[in-house]
Amino acid sequence: MELVTPGIGLIFWQTVTFIIVLFLLSKFAWKPIMASLRQREDSIESALRMADQAKLEMQALKADNEKLLQEARIERDRILREASEAGTAIIEQAKARANEEGTRMVANARQAIENEKKAALTEVKNTAATLSIEIAERILKHELANPQAQQALVNAYIKEVNLN
Amino acid sequence: MMFLLLIFEFNKLLMKKLFTLIFSLFAISGFAAEPAAEGGKFDPGQMITHHIGDEHSWEFAHGATLHLPVILYGKNGLDIFSSKNFYDEHGNLKPYNGYVKEHSHIYYANEAGEPVVETNAEGKEHHAGPLDFSITKNVASLFLSVALLLIIFFTIAGRYKANAGKAPKGIQSFFEPIIIFIRDEVAKPNIGPKYERYVPYLLTIFFFIWFNNMLGLMPGGANLTGNIAVTLVLAVFTLLVTLFSSNKAYWAHIFKTPGVPVALLPIMIPIELVGILTKPFSLMVRLFANITAGHIIILSLFSLIFIFENIAIGPVSVAFAIFMNFLELFVALLQAYVFTLLTAMYFGGATEEHDHVEDMGFGGNVKDHH
Repeated sequence: MELVTPGIGLIFWQTVTFIIVLFLLSKFAWKPIMASLRQREDSIESALRMADQAKLEMQALKADNEKLLQEARIERDRILREASEAGTAIIEQAKARANEEGTRMVANARQAIENEKKAALTEVKNTAATLSIEIAERILKHELANPQAQQALVNAYIKEVNLN
Repeated sequence: MMFLLLIFEFNKLLMKKLFTLIFSLFAISGFAAEPAAEGGKFDPGQMITHHIGDEHSWEFAHGATLHLPVILYGKNGLDIFSSKNFYDEHGNLKPYNGYVKEHSHIYYANEAGEPVVETNAEGKEHHAGPLDFSITKNVASLFLSVALLLIIFFTIAGRYKANAGKAPKGIQSFFEPIIIFIRDEVAKPNIGPKYERYVPYLLTIFFFIWFNNMLGLMPGGANLTGNIAVTLVLAVFTLLVTLFSSNKAYWAHIFKTPGVPVALLPIMIPIELVGILTKPFSLMVRLFANITAGHIIILSLFSLIFIFENIAIGPVSVAFAIFMNFLELFVALLQAYVFTLLTAMYFGGATEEHDHVEDMGFGGNVKDHH
């Protein structure tokens, strides 16, 4: 019975001491400790959150870069393609023009040759005609050098005229 | 919950063992009484009762005794003197200043130096004594533990200020996980959103019980947390905090238990009202019984040596006592944890917001939280 009978003295001291220790510890130990713990946890949490955010931002940045790069690549491809097209077109054009020019020059040359040929032929004809006349003159001069021949000729002509 | 059940089972087992041990001890002391009669009979029961009880002086070892102040309040008014005055030069008890000390109790002395006998209303005789507010061994141990608590936790609080925002160091890093455990594993899940108000109380009660349990295990230490007065006060504090923080839902649960037909309420209300008191009562008895039981077992094991008066029993008894001491170191922590956990659960029950208030008394579709 002794063991389970609470003594008034110990109840008194325990009550007083416990109230004091509860007050002192709450005010001067638990309050600052809990506050520091909370503060540290908050700072850790915010640091983690910031790290996460930074990670996200990095990802966004990377994605942006990737997009820019992709766009640049497309742009480059486009420019290259356009350039090559333009090059081909220019070459084609130049070729066409050259062809045309060539054809024209050939035609001109042919025309000129034709003209020259005609002129040359005319001259050859004229020369041949002159030569023929001169030859004929000389032959005639030679043939008609004696008066008999001349007589014979006149007779021949007169015969011809008679025929007509 | 499994864990708690395990603890209760364990306690039961411990108590059962304890009783068998005590009974066997008494039986053995009966045998041993005759041959040891001439050399002063060894009474383990008395020795153990003496050790787990309270005293007016603190005997650290044989011969090294600290006489503590005696503070009495009674018909002679307030009397303060040293407990040394109760002893003569040979260390025998003697009456002093109208008081006499017997079995660690102080009574009024009559002319013959005997305790005054009074008859109470029921006709029972008892010794009459003043109210004893002495700084006994337990009170001194209480002050010592409080000094330790204050020094340690003020130091830790200082460390938190000194290296704010940095990692904990030294003693701070030893206690920080425990403090965080009490906050996050005991207070938060059991009390709910309003847990922060109760954390200081829970921390104080946990470290108070743990420190005193450990101090009680020291050689020459007092059995403070194994004293019913101390556990009574702690339990009453828990009861008061529970009652002062109780909300409407808590009282509604008691006077209009949800899901119970109105006809049963005359039975339920008294049961629920008694339940308010049985919770702290169980706290009081659990801590007291566990700590006292541990002390009794260890002392009983040592007593075996003196009962058998045989050197062969020595190593066996010491081995068992060492094992029990380690077990008690664990129980010291466990009981502090259990007391704190149950306190948190009672606070949680008192502050819980029942979301089914509108269903109360209708039964059927009531979801009971308990």
